[in-house]
Amino acid sequence: MRIVLAEDSVLLREGLVALLTRYGHEVVAAVGDAPSLIDAVERAGPDLVITDVRMPPTHSDDGLRAAVSLRTKNSALPVLVLSQYVEQTYAAELLDTGDTGGVGYLLKDRVGDVDDFADAVGRVAGGGTVVDPEVVRQLLRRRSDPLDRLTAREVEVLALMAEGRSNAAIARTLVVTEAAVTKHIGNILAKLDLPIDADDHRRVLAVLAYLRRLGG
Amino acid sequence: MTIWQALRRPRFLLSSWPWRAFAYLASGSVLGMAVGIVLVVVAMTGAVLTIALVGFVVLALLPLCGLIVGPIERWRLRLVDPEKIPTPHRPPTKPGAWAWFVHRYRESATWRELAATLLLAVLGLADLIGLSVACTSVGLLLSAPLIIAFSDRSEEVISIGPGWQINTVGEALTLVPIGVLLAVVLAYLITAWAGGRANLTRTLLAPRDTQQVVALTRSRARLVDAFQAERRRIERDLHDGAQQRLVALTVELGLARLDAPPGSDVARRVASAHEQAKLALAELRELIRGVHPQVLTDRGLAPAVTEVAGRAVVPTTIEVDVGRRLAPEIEAAAYFVVTEALTNVDRHSKATSATVRGRIDDRLLVVEVIDDGVGGADPALGSGLVGLADRVAVVDGALTVVSPVGGPTLLRVEIPVR
Repeated sequence: MRIVLAEDSVLLREGLVALLTRYGHEVVAAVGDAPSLIDAVERAGPDLVITDVRMPPTHSDDGLRAAVSLRTKNSALPVLVLSQYVEQTYAAELLDTGDTGGVGYLLKDRVGDVDDFADAVGRVAGGGTVVDPEVVRQLLRRRSDPLDRLTAREVEVLALMAEGRSNAAIARTLVVTEAAVTKHIGNILAKLDLPIDADDHRRVLAVLAYLRRLGG
Repeated sequence: MTIWQALRRPRFLLSSWPWRAFAYLASGSVLGMAVGIVLVVVAMTGAVLTIALVGFVVLALLPLCGLIVGPIERWRLRLVDPEKIPTPHRPPTKPGAWAWFVHRYRESATWRELAATLLLAVLGLADLIGLSVACTSVGLLLSAPLIIAFSDRSEEVISIGPGWQINTVGEALTLVPIGVLLAVVLAYLITAWAGGRANLTRTLLAPRDTQQVVALTRSRARLVDAFQAERRRIERDLHDGAQQRLVALTVELGLARLDAPPGSDVARRVASAHEQAKLALAELRELIRGVHPQVLTDRGLAPAVTEVAGRAVVPTTIEVDVGRRLAPEIEAAAYFVVTEALTNVDRHSKATSATVRGRIDDRLLVVEVIDDGVGGADPALGSGLVGLADRVAVVDGALTVVSPVGGPTLLRVEIPVR
């Protein structure tokens, strides 16, 4: 697929281009600052945007702001944000940009696990949600009163759900049948008063929104 | 405006400053003479009365005369100095006349006031002579034509030094511009002299220790600012350099793993290198986060504190709403306190839950960290708490810790915000 990449470190930009090319994607534009990213997306109309959080012009969270504004303009555009640190605030802002089209927030370190990263790229481009396990871990660590109603296994399933994994992937990870996973998910959603929605992506967002509410 | 700034202004002569300077010196000379006379009389009376022992009391009280003259002098100083001087004295620690007497005797302010009083008596005399000479000269020069006109010609002669005598009204008129010029020069001289006297008085009569405290606090604040700036610079250098390089390296090694023949020695080596690079990256990330949290710079206190709480072991609720960005040094101090407090909660409190509250209450940022742990946190024992108090003091804040044995523990910080 056609990807626009924004990353201000030249070294890493080249590494990412090599990685994405290797998995058969085409990087139509590789830029180093937020205004160029907006320009490139307008010109190339890519299938997916991958951007770093921190970049010129101000070296604060320009990349994230650009990603949010791109999603606000076109909520069907899949965007994957790579962050040096896990920041709840950034993840929340990105996930709040709507529940159509794929959205991803990953720790930059995950790029090194090339297979997993390529997998995440595919899921976001396909309209799924990918959230770094670290974000989920922190969310689950907050006030756990309503979560007390869940069994240990259900909490495990909830964490994997929140990361945006499919039922099949959750089944593989926990070494159970897919039917068992479906049953667990039904129980979790019922216990937490969440809408039972067929759409994976929307369901993940609901779970994340729920977890964030707990944090107050 | 200070007297020195007034001297440099073009409209100085038309302003009230020369007259204020004159009034300051004139009142000072009168007061100085009076004080001098009273001191001499009291000292002699005391000396005579030593036979009756009462004299010793009089002589002992004499050095305290500055306590009377000091406030008068501080009040008089406002003629030429707009900045009020607070009293340099501290209230005595114990009640009773004797305690008051001992306390005043031990204060350096008392002795500085005595010095100012003696100086006033001595310099008052000099002021009196100087002002008299100045007034007489100017008055004589300006009124010379009148003196000649209204006097009996054969007798009245104004003599200005040897060989220059004024006998006619015409000649006397030439003295008037000289008088005007002298008046102008004297206006500047008298004002400068008054400024010098005022500076001397301020040096002797202003509280000394608070000035040092203010200077010290300022220098400490500057140090903390410099320290913060340095931390931000280190964070950015590490982020832009080593961190990006390491990420690129893990990508490179990850790709190399794909290329290495499965099960070969090379594959094992590359896999091991890859894992080590990832560990190094994780360690570096934690290190950089400790140096300076980027989210604090980008988004402010509430998001940064939320992030800290997310990493705490004890489940922590965040109720921080300050509604706006604050000065960076205030945000940094508050963030630092919360980080340190939550670390303490994790380490020592054995708590099952904690809460961080933050709000702005009438120009005061109030941040509270509460936990339901075992309590017994003692600021005197924990160097961590002392460090926190120092950190908060630099931004004029105050830290209170309430931690009874058995808990709960409340740590409260109040920092004034503009």
